[in-house]
Amino acid sequence: MLQDKDRIFKNLYGLHSWRLEAARARGAWDGTKSFIERGHEDVIEAVKASGLRGRGGAGFPTGLKWSFMPTKSDGRPSYLVVNADESEPGTCKDRDIMRHDPQLLIEGAFLASFAMRVHVSYIYIRGEFIREREILQAAIDEAYDAKLIGKNNVNGWDFDLYLHHGAGAYICGEETALLESLEGKKGQPRLKPPFPASVGLYGAPTTVNNVETIAVVPDILRRGAAWFASLGRPSSTGTKLFCLSGHVNTPCNVEEELGIPLRELIDRYGGGVRGGWDNLLAVIPGGSSVPCIPASACDDLPMDFDSLRALKSGLGTAAVIVMDKSTDIIRAIARLSYFYKHESCGQCTPCREGTGWMWRVLERMAKGEAEKGEIDMLLNVSHQVEGHTICGLGDAAAWPVQGLIRHFRHVIEARIAAGATKPIAPSVPVAAE
Amino acid sequence: MSVRRLATHQPEGFAFTPANLEWANAQIKKSPDGRQASAVLPILWRAQEQVGGWLPEPALRYVADMLGLAYIRIYEIATFYTMFNLAPVGRHYVQVCGTTPCWLRGADEIKDTCRRLIGAPGQVTEDGLFSWTEVECLGACVNAPVVQIDKDYYEDLVPKSLERILKELKAGRPVVPGPQDGRQASAPLGGPITLTDPELYREEAGAPADPPKPGALKQAPRTSRRPKPR
Repeated sequence: MLQDKDRIFKNLYGLHSWRLEAARARGAWDGTKSFIERGHEDVIEAVKASGLRGRGGAGFPTGLKWSFMPTKSDGRPSYLVVNADESEPGTCKDRDIMRHDPQLLIEGAFLASFAMRVHVSYIYIRGEFIREREILQAAIDEAYDAKLIGKNNVNGWDFDLYLHHGAGAYICGEETALLESLEGKKGQPRLKPPFPASVGLYGAPTTVNNVETIAVVPDILRRGAAWFASLGRPSSTGTKLFCLSGHVNTPCNVEEELGIPLRELIDRYGGGVRGGWDNLLAVIPGGSSVPCIPASACDDLPMDFDSLRALKSGLGTAAVIVMDKSTDIIRAIARLSYFYKHESCGQCTPCREGTGWMWRVLERMAKGEAEKGEIDMLLNVSHQVEGHTICGLGDAAAWPVQGLIRHFRHVIEARIAAGATKPIAPSVPVAAE
Repeated sequence: MSVRRLATHQPEGFAFTPANLEWANAQIKKSPDGRQASAVLPILWRAQEQVGGWLPEPALRYVADMLGLAYIRIYEIATFYTMFNLAPVGRHYVQVCGTTPCWLRGADEIKDTCRRLIGAPGQVTEDGLFSWTEVECLGACVNAPVVQIDKDYYEDLVPKSLERILKELKAGRPVVPGPQDGRQASAPLGGPITLTDPELYREEAGAPADPPKPGALKQAPRTSRRPKPR
């Protein structure tokens, strides 16, 4: 179990003040100037050495991502954009950082910007987080007033930080859709390449990082890359905020070491599965976009990038959605399919048409109003959506369906068999709404 | 994608109040020169607030003129982003999260409660006080089920607590947002089992007292309801 002294988010639950003075007493903004004096490369090297991987879902090494940014300007400015559009079902960790420990995020944005020679940074927060936005803006104002950021600040690197908000679109969590939205357009993802590091916000080099990724950077520099790398597992270093939701006795957020066994996570912090461990049906281990895993795979499962990938699932955002045996798993996944259908931006045909198609088929399957052959057809269609779209939303819509069929085909078959006595209405082809 | 169209009945015109106009001009200055379009979401949001929860067509045209954008650009934004309401809503607008993490913990009962107390989704009550709709993941999944009413989240709901909240709002009495079962934010019910080392807050204890926090950050009762970790 991670010791309290090794936790980064000391005010995760908001028991203490989010104000600047309290945050500084907890360690924020301590020694920031000395990191600036060490130079750009030194900060990037420290983040590389820490092994930090992006906390927004993809797990890309953060230091490496930063090193893609130009070291000399060709006349264009560079930007850092912090992705605070937290909308992945199951995930609610960034919200706690922004409302309870915003100075860690602000300091992290400052240090990351310095590392990448950036003077202007934007935080893009989802529109629904209105109270979080108010607190974060107040925290930014406090940092300006204390001259920690802004022009000619005490830390010695000119830095402006702006807070921008969305208006209800999951797709804006995709980095290029987010940039489009920041530019005042519909949030429709861009074709890559060019990648944002060469052509990003306003056509200038841009790096987009998740809130949690940025907020852990100050502690990595303060306590040392070796400290961070000593936690977790070799390719999944450090601590991570886990979100435990669904059928556990005490759902909660908690900061733990990467690699913590799933069962320990659920039993220690979630108060156990509702009805006991044997009542577990399945777990979605990393937010709605990763395939579910059945209870049989959960006994000795370390929660890290590689172990979950080996199960054809993923760590994603480390949002663990627990489902006990009372769950209608077909309906649970059908509801996710509805989510993706609702949130598809409509730009690519496989996703726009495919998400709605998969949802409608799953709704019928949940009622047993389907034919057995349609299971393979559904699987086939999910593979036609996967990998054939500009952004990852198509993949994210396909994977939960594939996970369902991989592990719970027998449930669908039984449902269809039970429903076979009823006459099946002829299916009418429906185009996307 | 979801179908979103402008309302049939539209008011005559729209103009920002002087205070909002000043605010909007300040928003535009946040972006580099020539990038005034970047301010479109905050400005549309402020317009929606001014109208009372929805965006009429004259407001879209007004914002288009203000930012120097073609009307179609504003129209496609207003229909793309689902927090922009294109028809009137109740004085209190209830958004029920129905995505899987909330669904697993009883979102269906929450929706039934809304149907019973408010009516069909999208329909405004006769007194104009309430309307409700189902929305996708609100991002407070460990506090499921969740609804957003106006600017605040109400978490860890059961039909009874939602009914009480709606009753209080109807009577014009203040309600406390956040978890409705006594929890402290996203900590486990019964109180945090991490971050309990007082050593972490030694220096903070010497700092001056904090001003009250906005939102629902009230102290959770530390009961023994938390099951013992194995």
